[in-house]
Amino acid sequence: MIRRPTGSRNDASESGSPMWTSLARRLGGLLVVLFLVATMVFFLTRLAPGDPAAIMLGDQASPEDVARLRATFGLDRPLLVQFALWLKEIATGNFGRSIFLQQPVTTVLWDRAEPTFFLALFSVAIAALVGVPAGIVSAVWRGRAVDQVVSGLALLAANVPSFWLGLILIQFFAVRLGWFPVAGYGAPGASLGERLEHLVLPSLVLGIVNSALITRFTRASMLDVLSNDYVRTARSKGLPESRVVLRHAFGTALVPIVTVLGLTVALLIGGAIVTETVFGLPGIGNLVVSAVLRRDYPVIQGALVMVAGLYVLINLAVDLIYRLVDPRVTA
Amino acid sequence: MNAPALLFLRRLFRRKLVLLAALVLLAIVVVALAAPWVSPFDPGAMRVVRRLRPPSAEHWLGTDELGRDVLSRIIYGARASLGIGFSVVLASCLTGTLFGILAGYDRRLDGPIMRVVDALMALPDILLAIFLVAVLGASAGNVVLALAIVYTPRVVRVVRASTLVVRELPFVEAARALGVGTPRILTVHILLNVASPILIQATFIFAYAVLAEAGLSFLGAGVPPEIPTWGTMIASGQQYADRAFWTVLYPGLAIVLSALSLQILGDGLRDMLDPKLRKAL
Repeated sequence: MIRRPTGSRNDASESGSPMWTSLARRLGGLLVVLFLVATMVFFLTRLAPGDPAAIMLGDQASPEDVARLRATFGLDRPLLVQFALWLKEIATGNFGRSIFLQQPVTTVLWDRAEPTFFLALFSVAIAALVGVPAGIVSAVWRGRAVDQVVSGLALLAANVPSFWLGLILIQFFAVRLGWFPVAGYGAPGASLGERLEHLVLPSLVLGIVNSALITRFTRASMLDVLSNDYVRTARSKGLPESRVVLRHAFGTALVPIVTVLGLTVALLIGGAIVTETVFGLPGIGNLVVSAVLRRDYPVIQGALVMVAGLYVLINLAVDLIYRLVDPRVTA
Repeated sequence: MNAPALLFLRRLFRRKLVLLAALVLLAIVVVALAAPWVSPFDPGAMRVVRRLRPPSAEHWLGTDELGRDVLSRIIYGARASLGIGFSVVLASCLTGTLFGILAGYDRRLDGPIMRVVDALMALPDILLAIFLVAVLGASAGNVVLALAIVYTPRVVRVVRASTLVVRELPFVEAARALGVGTPRILTVHILLNVASPILIQATFIFAYAVLAEAGLSFLGAGVPPEIPTWGTMIASGQQYADRAFWTVLYPGLAIVLSALSLQILGDGLRDMLDPKLRKAL
């Protein structure tokens, strides 16, 4: 017998339901996603070859020493018990202790948060400052020379590997011209100004790479909005074109653009790994790379779950803002 | 070549940029396949006396820190970089199409499949990739597997969305009314009609995979350094960047050229196959 799929599943159940019901549903979905991320991260980490206790103690360690250390970290207990205990702990915000750094995972992550956070923020700021005006110009003069140049540059920027662009900028602005530091985040105790100076080039790299996405997205949103009836109405009222474009059209296009900017920040928190490595920034990405190489399970697990959590939370926040700004959005 | 295929190509290449991108790609692929014949030197041959030589008549793109010819390594690197990229495309499109059609057609499977997709997409691509490679072990095969897992969710989303649209179309209903079984509806009627979005995604994933493989190899979490890929070349060249910038510059240009061509080709396919978007572009 052929099972008949019933109508479109998206509208009937969700639209028209009060905001709180759908918010609760979203939160439920968010917890499911986080649980899946946690499960995946936990079991995949355990599948990996290499015993952290053995790696930590080195080649000279006796089997008894390794066994003792395994017991200390609870690595000798059945996998499902370890998993249940770990879930219980992370539900209360305790991600365990780093095996190598001998500190709580939350502390380790917090110590590395500053460069990553600033880097994500500055990169998105640069991407927005470049991408939004470029996208608007490109949409308004669609098909003209300026559109082709802007679209071409955006296409190029989207396909440049960030680490390669980083190496080029380091070579030019840091090594040859000496304008910026080559790498690092300043000596311990460096002032905020010094630390920020170290972020100029990496932010520029990620700003350029991400401006491509923002440009293309702004252009598409603006083209979409500019074809609307009310834009024609505004024009036919005799409003100046600049006002039509910037107030009427851009005002509407702004909402999806802000959404993309928000999601870009979220993705950069854990996705700036390569750039952090090129510039030697002691951020979360760098921490994950070294944790992976040292099999520091608690740090890998904690970082991945936190990054995913941050991503789904920012996603939810962006969605809520979207809903407040645009009452038509109900899904 | 049959008439529909010719028509397809003629429409695709109406924009000169798309034609140029396709030709560049074709050239890179041909050179990669013909590497043993076109490469001027053995990519692994070390001649320490000739290390870090700038580009010259003998070594067009210079030599690296072990005196190996950069051009030859870029040519052989194309095999690994494009080979990995293509395998990722194949694996992620096959898996993604299967799960996408199942999710779009059968609502009992939709929830579970899409939650897993959401979970995989809650982690930045490169973070998930480096984690998976670390778990699986660094080798070319595992890089393919890891990147395929990273990009499969994109295909699932696109295919599911198209399936949701297609399965409501009258011809699917007609097929069902004629007593055509579900497996045949899924493979013939729906699969053929979601082929365009899959093709478009495949091109983009190819570009992403080339960039991601380079990033992973650069981090030392990808292909072992003795295999020349564009990413490993940049990684080993970076120490000497201030003395021998060509060791970093040219492999990077190869990455940009390939990824850019794939992206332009993908844009071209999308403009042609998706009439809704054609209006906006």
